[in-house]
Amino acid sequence: MSARIEWRVATLAEFRNETATARTLLLDVPGWPGHLAGQHVDVRLTDADGYSTQRSYSLGAPADGERVELTVQKVPGGEVSEYLTDVYSIGDPIELRGPVGGWFVWHPSRTAPVLLVAGGSGIVPLMAMVRARRQARSRAPFRLIYSVRSPADQYFSSELRRSAVDDSGLDVTTVYTRSAPPGATREPGRIGGADLERYGWPPQFEPTCFVCGPTGFVEKVANTLVGLGHDPRRIRTERFGPTGG
Amino acid sequence: MTQDYQDGNALAGPLAELFAVDVTAATGRCVSCGDTGRVADLRVYGHELGWVARCPSCDHVMLRLVRSPDAAWLDLQGTLSLRVPLPPS
Repeated sequence: MSARIEWRVATLAEFRNETATARTLLLDVPGWPGHLAGQHVDVRLTDADGYSTQRSYSLGAPADGERVELTVQKVPGGEVSEYLTDVYSIGDPIELRGPVGGWFVWHPSRTAPVLLVAGGSGIVPLMAMVRARRQARSRAPFRLIYSVRSPADQYFSSELRRSAVDDSGLDVTTVYTRSAPPGATREPGRIGGADLERYGWPPQFEPTCFVCGPTGFVEKVANTLVGLGHDPRRIRTERFGPTGG
Repeated sequence: MTQDYQDGNALAGPLAELFAVDVTAATGRCVSCGDTGRVADLRVYGHELGWVARCPSCDHVMLRLVRSPDAAWLDLQGTLSLRVPLPPS
């Protein structure tokens, strides 16, 4: 890795709408050095007057050559996210630097059980881990618990449904907090100890736990995991603050 | 404290401008309470031009980083030590 990280110009190659307010951007980044699942990038926008602003976004997939994937949740009034989800078009440039972050990462060489707990758009770096596992044909046992408000708020829905069937050793559970689809056995409600116990791993399995989501969600899940007997040293967290706009 | 903070993962980009190693994976010791933890787990307030990172145990300010157009100013007086993991040599 070079000593100094530099801003690169990325261009939008393709996009996919995940929900009514979230868009996945597929960006071509000449010279992209590759990255690990869980790492993120900083994105910088500069207007004609020279005013610039930047945000961090998690990479949602393993690198595909010089192509990287971000998923942006539109935050009402968020100057960067509104631009990236509504205005930013195929062929347009943005500045991007990364990959950065070496703590909230999963290495495909690891074989220990993994528990992934996502709150809302916190699914993005965890999806990168699910995809990296599949790409590496890893046999590490994975369980993903994905907490979302309603089915309409779910990212990567069809791929996660397929992965839950096709990726051997991956269990996917969606926990709905406001409204569940017809036929769901669990009443809608916030994630709790019973969910983490039922759909996660027993602490005796010594799983590595990755928790990503809004700050309040991450605090609650991490504390609950510790309360269930998980070693805090095996819990890795990533929180969104108020500046995700 | 309110919960309007991010965590130390958000400092990975700004610190990568200054250091060749990933400082967010380093273990820091708080001057005030003596607790140790990853830089990634600090509570981070502010963004872009200035960040304040607090100890998650006692809320003491452990790190401040201010970025101006031509310089970065890093204040670590709240951090007693940093243990930085390195690949085996």
